[in-house]
Amino acid sequence: MRKLLSIVAVLGIAGALPQAATASPEQDLKEMRAYFKQQFPNVPFEEYRNGVYALDPGARAQWEAIEDFPPYELGLENGKKLFNTPFKNGKTYASCFPNNGIGIRQNYPMFDTKKGEVVTLESAINDCLTANGEKPLKDGKGDMADISAYMASTSRGEKMNIVIPNDPRALAAYERGKQHFYAKRGQLNLACADCHIGSAGKHVRADLLSPMIGHATHFPVYRSVSGALGTLHARYEGCNSLVRAKPFELQSDEYKALEYFESYMSNGLEINGPTTRK
Amino acid sequence: MTDMKRRTLLKGTLAFGALGMAFSAGLLTPRAALAAWPQGAFEAKSVDDALKALFGSTQLEGNDKINIKLPEIAENGAVVPVSVEVAMDGVESISILAEKNPTPLTSSYTLNAATEPFVSTRIKLGKTTSVIAVVKAGGKLHSAGKEVKVTIGGCGG
Amino acid sequence: MANKMRVVAKLAGDVTTVKALIKHPMDTGQVKDKKTGELIPAHFIQELTCSHNGNVVMTALWGAAISKDPYLSFRFKGAKAGDKFTLSWVDNKGEKDSSEAVIS
Repeated sequence: MRKLLSIVAVLGIAGALPQAATASPEQDLKEMRAYFKQQFPNVPFEEYRNGVYALDPGARAQWEAIEDFPPYELGLENGKKLFNTPFKNGKTYASCFPNNGIGIRQNYPMFDTKKGEVVTLESAINDCLTANGEKPLKDGKGDMADISAYMASTSRGEKMNIVIPNDPRALAAYERGKQHFYAKRGQLNLACADCHIGSAGKHVRADLLSPMIGHATHFPVYRSVSGALGTLHARYEGCNSLVRAKPFELQSDEYKALEYFESYMSNGLEINGPTTRK
Repeated sequence: MTDMKRRTLLKGTLAFGALGMAFSAGLLTPRAALAAWPQGAFEAKSVDDALKALFGSTQLEGNDKINIKLPEIAENGAVVPVSVEVAMDGVESISILAEKNPTPLTSSYTLNAATEPFVSTRIKLGKTTSVIAVVKAGGKLHSAGKEVKVTIGGCGG
Repeated sequence: MANKMRVVAKLAGDVTTVKALIKHPMDTGQVKDKKTGELIPAHFIQELTCSHNGNVVMTALWGAAISKDPYLSFRFKGAKAGDKFTLSWVDNKGEKDSSEAVIS
């Protein structure tokens, strides 16, 4: 607790903001939602899954024009094909996941109490591959993003439902993710919280900063900037680089914990991945 | 169709015009027509040069029956949705140019009689510019333009 | 090839609305490869031919300023449900592809 309090002191975030040091994830979530409700009183809760498009009508109109026939459809088709293609041993991804892998995206990341670690959808996909004698996929872009996109698409409409079991290891992982979110890093000395809580809705040059709730619902994303589907950890890597911090490895413990925290904060919002972003 | 043939022949067909005529006559396969991709028009560095190469003329008549749908501020210059809808009959072609792009001509669409004068696509814009739609109809070139601001991102990349 | 192009042709009354998405880099030839520092050569679709029951309804000439994974939509009259719509394209390297959609 003391460690978190000192982080708050270092950040010097004003009292109205959700603090790094609070009693429990449930309390954190309550405070986070209350903060954003106060910041954006006219934004309905369910709209947070659309990020900046919940805040900027001009940008939203362009996004809707693109979503009408979106560029990720081709990656999505590829993802569906890969998902249904049997491994050399005859099994498919369906055998590794509950409900044959359909409509389960909203439960990831989950804490695996047997392994004692956070399992993201992408790491579960790779666990499935290695368990069936196949090579794991590289996270970020390409086939991994396509398969993750397909699985996400089967959960559209389902609400994010991250569970933190009553296990000190799970709570610790959540706290690690939270610390990462609030810790300053890089040459620009910025924390995720600085932009996505403190300055959410404001501009950085011509970029609008998205609120942190809703971050995890809509991945993988097809970004116009990269012209390809990319996973959440690819975005974390990009953001770390942009504040001139050394990024962590995709699917590293750090990013998995961060995703665990962020996804919990997006609980109750509908899954809407994949989607397009600028 | 015969009128169009005659008209284009009388005007002294340019590569683009011949292409349109040949397509509607079903004379060329897409493969053969590739040779007629108007390189000069696509490599022209000014709107006037592109129009000269495409149509042999830079005479444009402003026409408010051309509706260009474009954002005021492009969210990302790499993917800008643009639509052109024309409330005129007899539209033979619609061309879309971005004035301040290094090579303004982005695309050109030749329509046959059954095709509605509407086209929608996504284009790259290098900087804040006017996007101009040039519509060939009734032997004339009609045009309309719209300004789009293209911004530099801050944290998005 | 299944995921190289997506073409949808929807009929409403007498008007068919076509929407197409093509997987293509649409490289302008002006961008440097981040790893090698070399310019990525121009590679973009130059020509598209759209046909209904074998008759060309629209031809498009494209330059490299059309966005990556390009999109095209237009409308034409005179089709019936069940008719065939074909979109073919050729790029500056001579590569081509074609897709057929049933108008419905």
